Amino acid sequence: MSEQPKKDYDFHKEHHTELLTVNMGPSHPATHGTVKFMLALDGETIENIEVDVGYLHRGFEKECEAQTWTGVFPYTDRLDYLASVINNVGYAMTVEKLIGITTPERCQYIRVITSELARMGAHFTCLGAGALELGALTAFIYFVEAREMVWDLIESVCGARLTHNYVRIGGLTSDLPDGFAGNVKTTFKECRRLWIDFDKLLTKNRIFLDRMRDVGGISSADAKAWGFTGPCLRAAGVPYDVRRAEPYLVYDRVDFEIPVGETGDNYDRFQVRLEEIEQSMRIVEQCLVQMPEGPVNVNNPEWRQPSKDLSSGNIEYMIHHFKNVLEGIHVPKGEAYQAVEGANGELGYYIVSNGSGYPVKMRVRPPCFPITSALPMLIKGRLIADLIPTFDMLNLIGGECDR
Amino acid sequence: MNWWETGGVDSPVMAKVKERFKGTSTLIFTHNFKGDDTIVIQPEDVSLVMEFLKDDPQLAFDILMDVTAVDYLNDPDIQPYLSGLGARFEVVYHIYSEEKNHRIRVKAPLKAEEPIINSVAFIWPSADWFEREAWDLYGVVFRGHPNLKRILLYKEFVGHPLRKDYPKTKRQPLIGPVN
Amino acid sequence: MTLALVETAAKIAFVFGLNIGVFAPLLGWVERKQSAVMQDRIGADRADVFGFTIIGLFHTMSDTIKLIFKEDFIPRGADRIMHTAAPALALIPALVAFTVIPFGGHYTLWGHNVNLVVADLDVGALFVFAISSLAAYGVVLAGWSSNNNWSFLGGLRAAAQMFSYEVAMGLTIIGLVMFYQSLSLVTIVEKQNEFWHWGIIWHWPAFILYFTCAIAENKRIPFDVPEAESELVAGYFTEYSGMKFIMFWMAEFVEVVTISALCVVLFFGGHHLPFVTDAELISGLGGALYPNFANLAAMGIGILTFIVKVIILIFIQMTIRWTLPRFRYDQVMALGWKLVLPASLIWIFIVGVGILSGIMPRP
Repeated sequence: MSEQPKKDYDFHKEHHTELLTVNMGPSHPATHGTVKFMLALDGETIENIEVDVGYLHRGFEKECEAQTWTGVFPYTDRLDYLASVINNVGYAMTVEKLIGITTPERCQYIRVITSELARMGAHFTCLGAGALELGALTAFIYFVEAREMVWDLIESVCGARLTHNYVRIGGLTSDLPDGFAGNVKTTFKECRRLWIDFDKLLTKNRIFLDRMRDVGGISSADAKAWGFTGPCLRAAGVPYDVRRAEPYLVYDRVDFEIPVGETGDNYDRFQVRLEEIEQSMRIVEQCLVQMPEGPVNVNNPEWRQPSKDLSSGNIEYMIHHFKNVLEGIHVPKGEAYQAVEGANGELGYYIVSNGSGYPVKMRVRPPCFPITSALPMLIKGRLIADLIPTFDMLNLIGGECDR
Repeated sequence: MNWWETGGVDSPVMAKVKERFKGTSTLIFTHNFKGDDTIVIQPEDVSLVMEFLKDDPQLAFDILMDVTAVDYLNDPDIQPYLSGLGARFEVVYHIYSEEKNHRIRVKAPLKAEEPIINSVAFIWPSADWFEREAWDLYGVVFRGHPNLKRILLYKEFVGHPLRKDYPKTKRQPLIGPVN
Repeated sequence: MTLALVETAAKIAFVFGLNIGVFAPLLGWVERKQSAVMQDRIGADRADVFGFTIIGLFHTMSDTIKLIFKEDFIPRGADRIMHTAAPALALIPALVAFTVIPFGGHYTLWGHNVNLVVADLDVGALFVFAISSLAAYGVVLAGWSSNNNWSFLGGLRAAAQMFSYEVAMGLTIIGLVMFYQSLSLVTIVEKQNEFWHWGIIWHWPAFILYFTCAIAENKRIPFDVPEAESELVAGYFTEYSGMKFIMFWMAEFVEVVTISALCVVLFFGGHHLPFVTDAELISGLGGALYPNFANLAAMGIGILTFIVKVIILIFIQMTIRWTLPRFRYDQVMALGWKLVLPASLIWIFIVGVGILSGIMPRP
């Protein structure tokens, strides 16, 4: 007589076990960027996971609606705080699109150069932190060293290492410093050396491969449906890059490649980011060669605040200076959306203006927000240790995700 | 001259969409200000329009880039159709086709007293969190959403902070264990 | 009788002083400084006494002082007795295992026969494994008694990992025992008098397997899954602070030394210099004219050789620790059960065939 299987057979009840619920985060070493995972663990296996974001929510949109159009820039710095310049550029370009002004060519080149430097910094951090979480502290330090050198370059341009606040509507705060091209050359030489060291330490390391390969994989169709953009989407085999699909600034004049993965797993994301660092260096080098001389600001006092000499020596400039400082620039009525390629993917700004000095709507499309929303799908049924590289390679940036 | 009147001919995407919804009341308004193709639709038809946009082989909008809402409480004159419909909110979708490399902005005006619209989370899963965020910050209800609860704010939070009538300086009492 | 007691006390003092007084604090410094060198950094160099920093050596002192004065925290709901006992249970086995490891040879000083090992047991190798497996209790108890989910998971991982590698580790040296025909570590060292009889010459595969198991047993990167800081915060010692916390660290460092010492004894000829036997050394130092001083000098050279060999192996362990990323938990277990264990069984078979067929001449 074989025993009939019970209808309402519950494994956990029969075996007197239950799922272990643990709070991973918000203060947990792996949840940098401040996020919380509610894990239901069956031994080491993740049976269920709930992602809780919002710990860094600081009312970005509400604050921006109370700022003048120019006053928004410092707030954008704090979105993806590892690549502030890209946020600045994206916002400035959106407002310029709404106004309908074109910045001078030199300004566009400098925006590309600083954006790519910022992207390198962000990728260095992401990959280094990914290695650190897997226990490879040495690799982390190598890339932090490279990042610090890149940030030194940005510091020489705008005076800040993290929150650059460098770009303005219709221009930049300042031109590149003297000897910048030479500094870039020496820095990139060092960066390439560290890049090779990092590559040797990890890329073909069997332990690292075992941890990264076939973990957190996603198909290209799924990746698109979940709103993936940037390196995570490219790792899944979709060659979508805003810089190539809708070239903005001078990206159509430089030669660079878009690395594409195959399986969309963590290892592909790792490789795509690693290769993008090299491509960013190439873009910067080409821009430095192509860059023309000339002004970096539009010569229009209505939008870009003129220099001190002009504003104190010319009555028209002085009036605009006065009005711009008191009321902010009056961006014409309308709405506009502009996307730039952020370090994590498409960084889009959607703004609505009512013609006054303050935005009505100041929306940023954070690339890592939809990417993080796919994490439960990627990690359910895997081991708790797989959560670490997956989360790192999805690269949640708290400031950007939570705003 | 109004801000949205830029003239010029319709892009292929716009022409296709206009052709599909000709004779219906779905399309309220269209413009392509600064090259951004924009359609304003009846909120009841959002699922219909989105499914068309996604499934049509010539449009093939496969990535939902963004879902957000706008509160036009203080500036109803920005968008020309708002006062006629008595609408206060607008849900804004930015959709992109990776395959065809084109974009479209879809907007759906909602009334102040019942800001309810159908969820598109079953068409694009990425809408899940975006819609939760719009609910959290604007109080727009997405009907049929699998898990509509606050995402950026904590669940004890009262009100929806991005509404224009929520004062910027308002403070909510601290929550959590006090010891 | 009194002389024997004095001798034993001196040896115990030497072994424990070497471990707790020199190696354990120094390894903290080495870990900092070696990682700094590998990572293009300067490393800790700020603690100073009257302005002298001596390349950061004072940090060990200042760390100790700091940790003694730290709050000793026991979380609410923890088992207070077990929580307090666990660090000691982790540290003591690591120290006790050292007692059977010979750190020198036999020397005759003024008619008194000195054997440089605290306890010359016939089953020395077994004793080491038996004692070091006790260390698992400390770790498991620490994880369980902390009343913390992360500690608990860390304790479970540690238990599984340590017991698995215990099995493989015991098997890796069976071939060596067959080769030297003894379980006594003193005898094994004596038989490695000739350089060509060193364990590493014939048994290098066993060395690789043993070293892997030993690092896994010690829970250091790449096998540090029980304390993987990115997954389990700090694993089983998440809820420890102050001196209890440092006792886990000391246990780890002492185990590093023990592993290296055991490796030296089993595979690298113990205190023997390569190509020089003990007898040659003593006679070369003038054993015929001044036997006592020659013996004393040989003893010094022997201990120094032993320590140098241990330091080289520690250096290798540290280099591994700062180079590799860490395994996943299931990969650690798979490696232990599916690779190291079968490989060591196969190696036992090969050694057996080698010995019986005469290819591998026994010393």
